[in-house]
Amino acid sequence: MGGDKREHWGTRIGAILAVTGSAVGLGNFLRFPGQAAKYGGGAFLIPYLVAFLVVGLPMAWAEWALGRYGGARGHNSSPGIFRTLLGSRKGAYVGLLGTLMPVMIYMYYVSVEAWCLAYAWDYLTGHFARLGSDLAAIENHFMGFVGAGGNGALFGGGPAGRMLVFLGICFVANTFLIYRGVNRGIERFCNSAIPLLIVCALIVLARVLTLPPHPAHPDQTVANGLGYMWNPVKPGQTLWGVLANPEVWLAATGQIFFSLSVGFGLILTYASYLRPDDDVALSGLTACAGNEFCEVVLGGMIAVPAAFVFLGPTVVQNPPGTFGMGFVTLPNVFNQMPFGSLFGFLFFFLLFLAAITSSLSMLQPSIALLEEGLKIGRKASVSILAVIAGAGCLFVAYFSKGFTALDTLDFWMANFFIFIFATFQSIVFAWVLGIERGMAELRRGAEIRLPRGLPFMLKYVSPVYLLAIFGLWAWRNLPERWRAIATPPADGPPVALFSVLLILAVGAFFAGVVHRANKSWDKEEEPS
Amino acid sequence: MTTAGWIIMVLACGGFTGLLLWCVRKVVVTPEAPEHLHSQIDIDTHDEK
Repeated sequence: MGGDKREHWGTRIGAILAVTGSAVGLGNFLRFPGQAAKYGGGAFLIPYLVAFLVVGLPMAWAEWALGRYGGARGHNSSPGIFRTLLGSRKGAYVGLLGTLMPVMIYMYYVSVEAWCLAYAWDYLTGHFARLGSDLAAIENHFMGFVGAGGNGALFGGGPAGRMLVFLGICFVANTFLIYRGVNRGIERFCNSAIPLLIVCALIVLARVLTLPPHPAHPDQTVANGLGYMWNPVKPGQTLWGVLANPEVWLAATGQIFFSLSVGFGLILTYASYLRPDDDVALSGLTACAGNEFCEVVLGGMIAVPAAFVFLGPTVVQNPPGTFGMGFVTLPNVFNQMPFGSLFGFLFFFLLFLAAITSSLSMLQPSIALLEEGLKIGRKASVSILAVIAGAGCLFVAYFSKGFTALDTLDFWMANFFIFIFATFQSIVFAWVLGIERGMAELRRGAEIRLPRGLPFMLKYVSPVYLLAIFGLWAWRNLPERWRAIATPPADGPPVALFSVLLILAVGAFFAGVVHRANKSWDKEEEPS
Repeated sequence: MTTAGWIIMVLACGGFTGLLLWCVRKVVVTPEAPEHLHSQIDIDTHDEK
């Protein structure tokens, strides 16, 4: 290959902030506190830390190393990287998952990003203050805004279509930044967005930690609210009872995976833009530490204590899901807080920043494949991707009833295939590339000493742990999901089936791109 | 919040904050690797081993 004309990160800090931005998302601030409060508070941290040390951090290091390995051999796309790693055309088809998963997740993630932007705007303009502390009004506002009442509700014109305006703004912003490229678009944006996100979170955190007790309920203090997050067990539970529950281990491992962005193919693509001698050990650790800081320290101290002070123990004993916590419970809290419009704006703006830095990373793997596979420039690849992703976004926005489309895509992409692809990456790193070569790759340019037990962990513990957790998860979840696809609902279109067909259609398109890419890579590899 | 809860919170938050600060300091003080000139031993010929 001639001179290296591919894109690279401008600085090491830029690469770290981009990966951190990819990892830090809504899950850090909304899903983690809900999961911890639901599964026993402090006790949840034990399986969480085990998952972080056994699979999260080792797999993140492996993905950084595999990405840089592929980048050094001229590939930024997951199919190209796995073709090189496996030395086979078939490897490119397996690597397809690292492109398909992110773009399918983007199709619904950008909708949630639009909700955050809209809520930030509504707090800034004082719209939300008018809803007051009426929980039913806040819930109705949310359900109406996202069109949860019926399919096509957002497309009826009038105020119902407001969400589509914010969706359009987010979509255009993502497309523009991706068009600007890795260095001038993603890196420059993350260099500003991540520090700004942390500043916003620290301001909101300072407000939450200094809240006075509820005037009518003196027991509802911040300290008691923190107890629901951090006390080892809830009343009536034992530590061993919590740890013996496989659901807790599944939830903790799932949280670590989704939170660290491991197993999606995102780190793989981002790391491929490093230079061959750039460090990956310290960079990977720093990105993971940044994500955990945002999740445990910031996310773990904001939502649950604030909800407890204003709404009492019921809401934290049985925390709502991610959307309920973020878009119903917390607005209710901010509406009761002094200067709630300001803090509500800061909170939803930081969620928007967390979301957009993640959604950007979901587009880059597809751009890399389109550029490599079709030998086209950035303008053409962004245009093709905008059509595909735009159609997917409209699909999710149209089939908004009960979040069925969003939930189905989330289940298959961010739960099912993520486990498969993560396990595959783990096996490729330790057994195909070989643990000695893999560790040599990881150590090249390393600016920290890696733990001595890491090779053993990556070779045996991570794959076995992943397979065990995946088997348990599949046994518990797959039959129900399969029934949802096979049994159409009586009162509407089979949205779950449509969503699976959408995955297959986009997968078939990218498989075609991989087929063409394989042909051109074959030609390049022919001895001249 | 119980005493055990305070201990877990301080350890978890302190641990991750300390790790992040250590990493950031290390990233900031360590100069970035220059473009290296490779010796023969560094060159990967892609041959099967």
